[in-house]
Amino acid sequence: MKPIVVLGSGLAGYTLVRELRKLNRDIPITLVTRDSGDYYSKPTLSNAFAQKKEAASLVLTAAKDMAAQQKFTLLANTEVHAIHREARQLETTAGVIEYEKLVLAIGADPIRIPLQGDAAVLSVNDLSDYAHLREKLGNAKTVAIMGGGLIGCEFANDLALAGYKVAVIDPGPYPIAGLLPEQAGRQLLEPLNNLGVSWHFGKTAQRVDAAGAGYTLALSDQSTVSADIVLSAVGLRPRIQLAKNAGLAVNRGIAVDEQLQSSDDAIFALGDCAEINGRTLPYVLPIMHAARALAKTLAGEDASVIFPPMPVVVKTPAHPIAVLPVPRDAAGTWTVLAEGQGIRMGFFNPQNEMIGFALTGEYAKERSEMAARCAV
Amino acid sequence: MKVWQCVVCGFIYNEAEGLPSEGIAPGTAWADIPADWACPDCGVAKSDFEMVEI
Repeated sequence: MKPIVVLGSGLAGYTLVRELRKLNRDIPITLVTRDSGDYYSKPTLSNAFAQKKEAASLVLTAAKDMAAQQKFTLLANTEVHAIHREARQLETTAGVIEYEKLVLAIGADPIRIPLQGDAAVLSVNDLSDYAHLREKLGNAKTVAIMGGGLIGCEFANDLALAGYKVAVIDPGPYPIAGLLPEQAGRQLLEPLNNLGVSWHFGKTAQRVDAAGAGYTLALSDQSTVSADIVLSAVGLRPRIQLAKNAGLAVNRGIAVDEQLQSSDDAIFALGDCAEINGRTLPYVLPIMHAARALAKTLAGEDASVIFPPMPVVVKTPAHPIAVLPVPRDAAGTWTVLAEGQGIRMGFFNPQNEMIGFALTGEYAKERSEMAARCAV
Repeated sequence: MKVWQCVVCGFIYNEAEGLPSEGIAPGTAWADIPADWACPDCGVAKSDFEMVEI
């Protein structure tokens, strides 16, 4: 019997394997990954500097232990060149691999914004990036972060806590503007500023030039920022090329339906590479729900993924935040429900049902109760 | 007293220590934590925790 082949050893790939094994111990599974396959939690990468954690200590389970516990064949450090759908084969650096069903859990790439100058810009998208940044940070004192969204702010908080002087540069008007209403996003300004973070909103970096041991960033308003390290955190782009080359339907991500099935009924996708009925959901909770549904389907019991309200936790310990994001085109208004050491805001649709919320500071811990009150 | 770990993010729940910040008193057994409780770090469900040896 040909195996179910899972591409990718991130949270999506491994959660799927774990969930599938809860349902069936016998289906053959092969996991193909271009890195070592060691299991670590990606969300901890933006939370580990202040704790002075070495990259190796972030590994929760070594790849060979995962393979033994979850009973799969591991092909680590293996690149996939092509999917041959007719033959149900993968062409890889480890030779041809046959599949019965194929699961793409290949993640997303950091978006690189075009810059003039030397542009030695780092980004952290996996454990080896983290190790690289830690090494670079050795003698550094100042860090410029391009992007003041969720990941940019998490890094800003973490690096500031670790003692670095951080400058955040973002074309938007306030922190995490993609997810948070303005009054909630602004709550982050002062707590992070108190830790040594300076904010540069309404600006973009246009040039990055080497200057001494570090860099000078020329911003769009003609001002400059000096930093020893430049980190880019401007967002992620789903990895679609492999699927596209194989003729699968793709949009922003690999297009799948509520059964995580692509335009080929033997190929599925989940996690940061997938676009589920038009939505990319690059967060932990959607991955968990998608993995559970897909595991059922692969075990022979057709299941659709149903997403409950899934609050996103922003790991900014200086001022914690939880948000249930609202689709960009949703009708309704944000309303302030309470304001103290932080803010509690709800997003109400025209029927006056709460369909989103933003909780900051002392209110952040209310996320489960708030989610239970939301209409979906 | 046992220790439980979130399989997603590695967050540790130690029954002896509880989680006073989340309103869970020291000494609270895992079985007595509500089923709808979620990991304070990554938000996944109680069922995504596994017991770990200490």
